[in-house]
Amino acid sequence: MCGIVGLFLKKDDLRPRLGDMLTDMLITMTDRGPDSAGIAIYGDAAGGLKITVQSDTPEADFAGLDAALSDALGAEVTMRVASTHAVLTLPLEQEAEALAVLEARGLRVMGSGESMEIYKEVGLPKDVAARFGIRAMGGSHGIGHTRMATESAVTTLGAHPFSTAGDQCLVHNGSLSNHNAMRRKLARKGVFTKTENDTEVGAAYISSRIAEGATLGEALEGTLKDLDGFFTFVTGTKTGFGVVRDPVACKPAVMAETEDYVAFASEYRAFADLPGIEAARVWEPEPATVYFWER
Amino acid sequence: MPVLDMLKTELREVNATLQAAAKAKGNEAFTIENPRGAHAMAVGLDGPLRVTVKGSTGYYCAGMNQHATVHVEGSAGPGVAENMMSGEVIIEGDASQYAGATGRGGLLNIKGNASSRCGISMKGIDIVVHGSIGHMSAFMAQRGNLVVLGDAGDALGDSLYEARLFVRGSVKSLGADCVEKEMRPEHIEILRGLLARAGAEARPEEFRRYGSARNLYNFNIDHADAY
Repeated sequence: MCGIVGLFLKKDDLRPRLGDMLTDMLITMTDRGPDSAGIAIYGDAAGGLKITVQSDTPEADFAGLDAALSDALGAEVTMRVASTHAVLTLPLEQEAEALAVLEARGLRVMGSGESMEIYKEVGLPKDVAARFGIRAMGGSHGIGHTRMATESAVTTLGAHPFSTAGDQCLVHNGSLSNHNAMRRKLARKGVFTKTENDTEVGAAYISSRIAEGATLGEALEGTLKDLDGFFTFVTGTKTGFGVVRDPVACKPAVMAETEDYVAFASEYRAFADLPGIEAARVWEPEPATVYFWER
Repeated sequence: MPVLDMLKTELREVNATLQAAAKAKGNEAFTIENPRGAHAMAVGLDGPLRVTVKGSTGYYCAGMNQHATVHVEGSAGPGVAENMMSGEVIIEGDASQYAGATGRGGLLNIKGNASSRCGISMKGIDIVVHGSIGHMSAFMAQRGNLVVLGDAGDALGDSLYEARLFVRGSVKSLGADCVEKEMRPEHIEILRGLLARAGAEARPEEFRRYGSARNLYNFNIDHADAY
């Protein structure tokens, strides 16, 4: 089944509560997908590039990582560790060098961007949210996912959200039927995925279209033509939040909008504790229709 | 009037209480507070009972209903009133996918919009939607009436059998074997009765009727393209 949640704040007053609200929404969706959980949160810009990395042996791998990276880049690098994840902040223009160093050290890169941080692990949503301290995180918008694995392995890398470009991420409920063919097509264009997961192909497709000059709206429109299968996609960018469902639209989706926020969930239950939900406009997104909000 | 608060009472206990009261046939009235989108609320009621739900429900609310009246003062998730046998289910807000699926009797009265596959495989239920309905509604519907005051989405009545579909607004497209049919006096009368029962402000003359062309009843190679 899988469960998706998303929250996009239109105003700043709720910013400190973003992580708290997203965590509650995610936990409510536990019985839709108990295999793994993940959250992408768009927090404050750190005045540089944030790279989120993961390690199964964080004590060994994160010890002195900031100093080592700082030496390699010849620039100041700061590090914040949360359980199996660490967020490194470094100068924007040194992304490629930093990624090469991190990959050489065997670290898994979850995503990077000026404001996006990604936390995902195998396990129940409440445990995943607790180990990373998601509740305490503030920000402008975020998306989360509870996974019931269908297309690929139950691993950290198989968990959602998937990020295939800076500050871009995607969560998916459904299953794509042409992901192998699309993966080969993307590889011919020089776009490579890290896993066998169908959702990563969906994320990479959107990123590659944007890299070619499409707007996010156009890239989401493209999924309706080029991707085959069942999907409800929810995407985040540095300043935006988008939703699209395939033309058959058998995967559930519900949205709520107030003056303060736009929320997405697989089920209404996830909205029950949101402020002002009684007065919100609640509706089901139409099939084959792109919805998009920008700050 | 007994009140069941879902913040204090487990769903299983709520349903057991309602089912027992329905069976006792005392025609009691219950109020459910704080439903918070819970699944399978007020299902399997078999007897005269009035249930008011103060809020929105999740999947499969009022499924398999028999004789009871369930009034949701909010929206309903997928599969509301699925396989209803008799009685009435009223939704003040919108209903999600496959509302009234396989229903055999009773009235499903949706004051807002219904999503895709409304009345899929309906087998005798009457469904009145005051707003619009989504794609693939009344797919393989066999018996009963679907009344829509608003518009219908793609592929209305695909592979339809004998159900009657009445739509006041536009129909985006008709499904295989579904055709527009003449509104005869008897249909005006059926529709007038349904609109009155549902408390809908509309004149039966404003509707168009759709039904089965009956070409797909038996396999015929000349109709292979339509399947």
